[in-house]
Order: sequence, then C-alpha cells, then structure tokens
Amino acid sequence: MATVPLPTRPRPAAPEPALPPSDAKSKARRAHRRPGFRREQLSGWGMIAPAALLLLAFIFIPAILGFGLAFTNARLISPRPVEFVGVENFARLFSDPTFYRALLNVAYFTVIVVPVQSGLALVMALLINKKFRGVNFFRTVYFLPVVTSMVVVSLLWLFMYRKDGLINEILSAVSFGLIDGPDWLGDPNTAMPAIIILSIWQAAGFHMIIWLAGLQGISGELYEASQLDGTSRWQQFRYVTWPGLFHTRSLVLVTITIQALGLFDQISVMTQGGPMDSTTTIIYEAVQSGYRQQETSYASAISLVFFVLVLIVSAVQRYLTREKD
Amino acid sequence: MKNQLLLKSAGTMLVRILFAVVAAFPIVFMLVSSLKPDQQIFGDMSSLAAFLPVGNISFDNYAAVFDRVPAARFLLNSVGVSAVTVILGIFVNSLCAFALSRMQVRGKKIVFTAILATLIVPFQTLALPLVWWVNQLPYFELNGFSLEFSKGWLDTYQVQIIPFIANAFSIYLFHQYFESIPKELDEAARIDGAGWFKIYRQVVMPLSGPATATVAILTFLPAWNSYLWPLMVVQSEELRPVMIGIQYFFQLNVSWGEVMAYASVITVPVVVLFIAFQRSFVNSIASSGVKG
Repeated sequence: MATVPLPTRPRPAAPEPALPPSDAKSKARRAHRRPGFRREQLSGWGMIAPAALLLLAFIFIPAILGFGLAFTNARLISPRPVEFVGVENFARLFSDPTFYRALLNVAYFTVIVVPVQSGLALVMALLINKKFRGVNFFRTVYFLPVVTSMVVVSLLWLFMYRKDGLINEILSAVSFGLIDGPDWLGDPNTAMPAIIILSIWQAAGFHMIIWLAGLQGISGELYEASQLDGTSRWQQFRYVTWPGLFHTRSLVLVTITIQALGLFDQISVMTQGGPMDSTTTIIYEAVQSGYRQQETSYASAISLVFFVLVLIVSAVQRYLTREKD
Repeated sequence: MKNQLLLKSAGTMLVRILFAVVAAFPIVFMLVSSLKPDQQIFGDMSSLAAFLPVGNISFDNYAAVFDRVPAARFLLNSVGVSAVTVILGIFVNSLCAFALSRMQVRGKKIVFTAILATLIVPFQTLALPLVWWVNQLPYFELNGFSLEFSKGWLDTYQVQIIPFIANAFSIYLFHQYFESIPKELDEAARIDGAGWFKIYRQVVMPLSGPATATVAILTFLPAWNSYLWPLMVVQSEELRPVMIGIQYFFQLNVSWGEVMAYASVITVPVVVLFIAFQRSFVNSIASSGVKG
C-alpha cells in the first residue's frame, strides 16, 4: 500500500487559501499575514481577558499569597507590619497534638467515604441508566440531597441524631425494641461514623451524575454484542461496563477524595470538632485559627500543609489508576 | 423464562424504591415537621406519622420564622447575589471558552492549561489568604456625585460575587460543548460579515442551551449554599445571605418546628429550580463528556 502523507492541521499563523475576489475588504487586509489575523488576536484576547484576570486575581494571587503568608506573622487586622518569621508557624503546627488528631480523623473519614460513596453512587447510576417508566422521578429524588445545602443537612441530621431522635426511633422500630441507639454526636466513638453516614447520604447523588455521564458514553453496540453472546448481567458489568468507565472512575475518585479531605461544613454546624477532638479536621483547625483567632499566617500554614496533602493523595491516585498498557 | 425476567425487573424496581426512600426520608421529615408544633414532632417520632402531615398542622412556624429572623432580607440578599453570580458567570466563562475553542488565538493552549490547573486548588486552602487579600483591595463608592475611595472589600455585596464569577469547571464545560458545534457555522457567518462577538452571541450561544443550564445550576448551588465564605467576610445583618440565618437557631431552647420551617424556606426554591432545569442538566453533563 502506498503511503499517503497524513493531512495535518494547518498551523495557526499559516496563510489560508485566498478568499473569493469579491471580498474586497479582506483583500486589503491580507497584506498582514492572513485576513483578519490581527483582529482575531485582539478580539480573542479581549474575550479571554475577563475570565483570565478574575482567575488571576482570585485564585493565583491568593494561592501565592497563602504560600508567602505562611512564613510570616500576618494577622487579619493588625497595626503591626507583616514580618518574615521563617518556619515558626510550621514548627508550632507540627508540635500541636490537635493537628495530628485532625489528620487521623480526616484519614478515617476519607478511607471510609471514598469507597462506600463511590460504590453506592455507581449502584444508583446503574439503577437509573436505562429508560423505564418514572426514570426522571428517580433521578430527581436521588439528586435531592445534593441540592440541599450541607448546612441545612447538618442541622436536620443534628436533630435526627439525638438520643431520642428519629434515627434511634427507626432503629428501635425495625429491631422491635432490641437496639437502644447511642447519643450519636455526644459519644466520641460514634460521632465520626455519624458524620460519615450523613456525608455519604448528601453527596452520593452528585457522583451518581458523573457515573451516569460515563455510562451513557459507553456504546450501546457493545451491550448488544454481549447479549448475543449470552452473557450474564454480572459478566456484562465485568467485561463491558467496568472497562468502559475507566476515565470516569479516576475523575470520581479524585473529586470524592479531595472533597473528603476538605471536610468542614458538617463539623462546623454539628460538633465543632468535639466531643474530645474526635471530629476535628484540618480545615476546621485552619478556619478556627484564621477566622476566630485572626491568625492569618498560622491558618495559611495549615492550608499549605493541606494543599500538599491533596497533591500527594491525588498524585498517588493518578498513579494507581493509570492506564496500564 | 418470561416470569424470571419479570421477577428480575420487579426486584430492580424494589431496589430503586429502597434507594429513593433513603434519599428522601430526611427531607420529607423536614417538610412535614415544619408544619407541626414541637410537642407533636416528638410525639410522632416513633411512628410513620413522623413522615405524614397529620394532627395539628399549621403554618405557624413559618410565621414565627419571619418574625424572629430577618428572613425576607436574607432571602433577597441570596437571590440577588446568586442571580448576579450566575448571569455574570455564564457570560464571562462562555466568552472565554468561545475564544479558546473556536478562535485561533496565539498562546491559547497555555492559557487553557493554566485555567484547568486552578481546578486542583481546593477553595478551602484559598479561603484564608483570600480574606486577607480582599481586605487589601480598593473599594469605590459613589456618594452623591463624588467617587469615594477606601480600602477593603469586607462586608460588601461584591465580596460575595466577584471572586466566584470566573470558574475553571464552567469554562471547561462550555469548551467541551462548543467543540461539538460544527465550525462551518462560524465560517458561514464570517462570510456574511459577522464579527466574532456576533458569532458568539447569535450563532454559538443560542445553540448551547443545555451547557448553559448546567453551568447555571452548578454556579447557583454553591452561591446559594455558601456558608464558610459569608461567615468570614460579611458581618452586617442586612448584607448576609440565607445560610447564615441558620446561626440564629443555634441558641438554646430552640423550637425545632421553626428550625425545620427555616430550613424548608431556604431549600424549597432550590429544589423547584432544579426540577425545572433537571432534564437539560442531566443531558448536558452526559453529552458534554465529563470523561476526565
């Protein structure tokens, strides 16, 4: 077979084929590289600029600032000039037992939430992937907890978790009075599991939507072919669906993990880190010192440690879920 | 064989219903309890009545909420702040995505990569330096006919809006969607003498309804639900959004019926909005290929 050179995309600056001669306006401009080249650059940058400048001002600059402030003694409102103090904030942080407790709590939360929540979200997506009567109703109901704000959810569950609350009443009813539920949020042993349950309940629907997107991207022909081969439901899942979700899988894993590591709202409303530091988290500590005690620099140091943690975890995940061929 | 299939699909339906019950029961409980006096909420707790609007039903809790908390003001603030954030967000992000996906701008690859890189930074790590930073920013106020200049954005409306307009995920969603619209349309419009902005406004955007709906929902939800940020940067009561109003119920001797009424007031508008946009939202996430 003769080798035909593959068509390559024209380089952006390359001259384009001449336009019809009737177009006199562009003819005049052609002298400068390509018709409309200059104008395209100008309007293009004009369109990019608003978003780019806003991202620069409210993400890049604060990120760099946060990095810098972590090595100073900056306070939110202070008459003193900001001074460089080296690694003082980090030394203080790494000698604080509450910080290690927060790390441990976040690890506990993440290790449970990531597999359970992504698994449940996948089951939900599979349940509503195919068209059936009432599919829109189920999609909406499954997504309801997501549109409910975490603050409202926390308040609601705070009430349900009471010793005499709805959860314990349900437990008692289904066990015919055998289970006498704990004071969920008041007991250091059950406080974190209680937070975990409500967090999974609230966010599973969001990841269900991402799984659903992945499921709809798998070609229907593959399913038809597997049906002709007489595969069981499980085999179909194992050999068609699961490999087809490759990219979705890493996206879901990374987003759930980053969200889990940043655990904050629930803690702030429900337990304030207690009882006995059993639910305190890294971000909760950062907000406590940065906002309530106005120690911007110390909070920045905590944030920086958190950011490094997120980077490490997502790098490890990327490595573990890489394409192996 | 046929019976087996029927049994299987009935089983699947049962599982679907079970998940639906788990997803919905706390919300149903909230709505139902908001209509009951405290005594009845606790009395009904041990039976199915907890999920049914039975017994002593009234809107008294709602009246009490608007009496006790400046709820109307909070609602107005939240509606305003979220609406402006959504509208400006759609405009700024789609414009940027348009240039990046459909125009041949030099250096756009670097810009797009830099934009996507911002997705790795969780907002929580930015929040505290950002508070410090917005407190250093200049502030202009029109006072009569003279422009007054001061420093610090704390305790304003713009501090709740401007930092959240540009969003990398929105740019990404628009970009993916715009790529799926044939480029020949642009060329045809250009031959007809249309400028780039006209192509954006009259060709590409009218075709991008589902992407716009998705970005609208994904911008609206965090704007309406934001808690940490307004807690840190907004002190005055008349500027605060709905979520902060919840703090008024943290005191002791709280009436749970009133708490549930306030929670319902701030949840129901979002649910209604979501149901209205639901179809194009799910479709566009599915078709824009969130594939990593």
